[in-house]
Amino acid sequence: MTEAPAPQPILMGKGLVKRYGRVTALDHANFDLMPGEILGVIGDNGAGKSTLIKALCGAVIPDHGEIFLDGEQVNFRSPMDARAAGIETVYQNLALSPALSIADNMFLGRERRKPGFLGKYLYWLDRGRMQREAREHLSSLGLLTIQNINQTVETLSGGQRQGVAVARAAAFGSRVVIMDEPTAALGVKESRRVLELMLGLKKRGLPIILISHNMPHVFEVSDRIHIHRLGRRIALIRPSQHSMSDAVAIMTGAMKPPAEEQTT
Amino acid sequence: MTSTGDTPAQRGPADFERVLTGAETTVAAFDEEKPTPLKVVQHFLHEHPTAVPFIVLILSALIFSVLVGGRFFAPFNLSLVLQQVTIIGVVGIAQTLIILTAGIDLSVGAIMVLASIIMARSAVVWGIPVAVAFPLGILTGFVCGFINGALVTHVRLPPFIVTLGTWSIFGALVLFISRSETIRQQDIDATASLLQFMGTRIQIVTPWGNAPVTYGSILMILLAVVVWYTLNRTPFGRHIYATGDDPDAARLAGINTDRTLLAVYAIAGAICAVGGWVLIGRIGAASPLAGQTANLDSITAVVIGGTSLFGGRGSIVGTLVGALIVGVFRNGLALYGLDNLWQEFAVGLLIIVAVALDQWIRKVAA
Repeated sequence: MTEAPAPQPILMGKGLVKRYGRVTALDHANFDLMPGEILGVIGDNGAGKSTLIKALCGAVIPDHGEIFLDGEQVNFRSPMDARAAGIETVYQNLALSPALSIADNMFLGRERRKPGFLGKYLYWLDRGRMQREAREHLSSLGLLTIQNINQTVETLSGGQRQGVAVARAAAFGSRVVIMDEPTAALGVKESRRVLELMLGLKKRGLPIILISHNMPHVFEVSDRIHIHRLGRRIALIRPSQHSMSDAVAIMTGAMKPPAEEQTT
Repeated sequence: MTSTGDTPAQRGPADFERVLTGAETTVAAFDEEKPTPLKVVQHFLHEHPTAVPFIVLILSALIFSVLVGGRFFAPFNLSLVLQQVTIIGVVGIAQTLIILTAGIDLSVGAIMVLASIIMARSAVVWGIPVAVAFPLGILTGFVCGFINGALVTHVRLPPFIVTLGTWSIFGALVLFISRSETIRQQDIDATASLLQFMGTRIQIVTPWGNAPVTYGSILMILLAVVVWYTLNRTPFGRHIYATGDDPDAARLAGINTDRTLLAVYAIAGAICAVGGWVLIGRIGAASPLAGQTANLDSITAVVIGGTSLFGGRGSIVGTLVGALIVGVFRNGLALYGLDNLWQEFAVGLLIIVAVALDQWIRKVAA
């Protein structure tokens, strides 16, 4: 993205609070994602970053606080609401059905039906269209190594499965893609492939939230890094201005965070 | 803001990754050793799961035709096999839907008998017009299935336990409502001949002799076509497979798995009630003691038909072929003159071999 920075965040959380009994998972947390950027989200285990992400993708309903999508306040009651609003999540376990084909998986839950009577009343699936579109989505991401769109997902390697999950998110995520630990289960080469995929999506202008424990990966692709600690955003840094050890030090409380960076 | 700081020295692949430029570009290459013939077979069967029951059906038919001679392939005998498997086929279709969701329904037989008793008793004894009595029976099956489904999805009990319980409950209701009486054929014929319709035969004339086929058998095939269409050509069918394959993944992908399960159990119940209708036609009466073996026989047909008890894999065609395999074995062994006990023995053997084969085929994926 080389265009002028947009004035307002595409996705923003303000003063989000979520309590589980006595545990406060989110403590007046703020969050913002700018258009076209890759935002890394890091934090120790238990810092509340997965609760934050779940609140943003509708899987958790915060007790207090507001979420804005493109400047408009939204109230997601379920992940379906967030998806309908254009926020797609690539879950760590990928949420693919191993025994179903690649095409079936890509359209799972939002199948295309044949036009006219057959589709409307007989619910006849338009398999040709789904296969064609699935192939287009995969090849536009450079995932042509997958030859047969009708082969089952269980026959794919870990990296290929990740590719299918990313392609699905990119196909339907019109506004934001959230990726939860996309490289955690992958080898060196496959991780690289996924990072390239993310940069490819960014080139198309799709903003990405990357949650990861892998500092080199986060530092390589992120434009900004959101550091979460004790239930809130403690710092927002740029990878060009801080080192990985700074980030880890801030994240674990060994170093005083810099004043929260003002966006723009 | 995104245009700043894009490529300082630290961006791009890390040092240890620079060597990757010389690496192979294929994703996860393995030494492709020459696959053994056995491996080729394993892969073929993994991709075409219905092939196994088909091969077994053809082989067993050929073997029995050799053992017992031309009698086996006589149209009359083949139509007899078809009639014998009709009940199991219909109930097996219902059972397939349930097992595809990684569940099991032990109450299918009880639902079937309960529906047949409700239909016959309300029409013959309670004097309700058959046009009402018949839908009442189907509705009974639907409600029974719905209860199973609600207990599975909302009370979160394992399907095995739920249907073990409702099997007893529906069975007790059968005895209570029927007062342990059988409604005789003459009585049904007199007031509610519609209930006998599925036992009506039509003669299919062939050069080798006549083959009587009941409307029940035709209904079974129509039902299989409809369910096949639903499973393979509609979103709901895809959701059934996905729910059985990996419910968590299905939920995250946006499928309401509870609603899918509830619908599957309720539809299966209604299909069992249709089985009750076919049952009246088959035995010519409505007996509380009929269909005692339908539960386990239906599971047998599903398993031999290659549907996995772990859910997500299998087909309706497989189940019908599985039912036919059992029918062919029973018929063939009877024609060969062996005692009934050897039929049971053979069916037991088939089940174990079928499940062992399923496990072996599934290892491809691991």
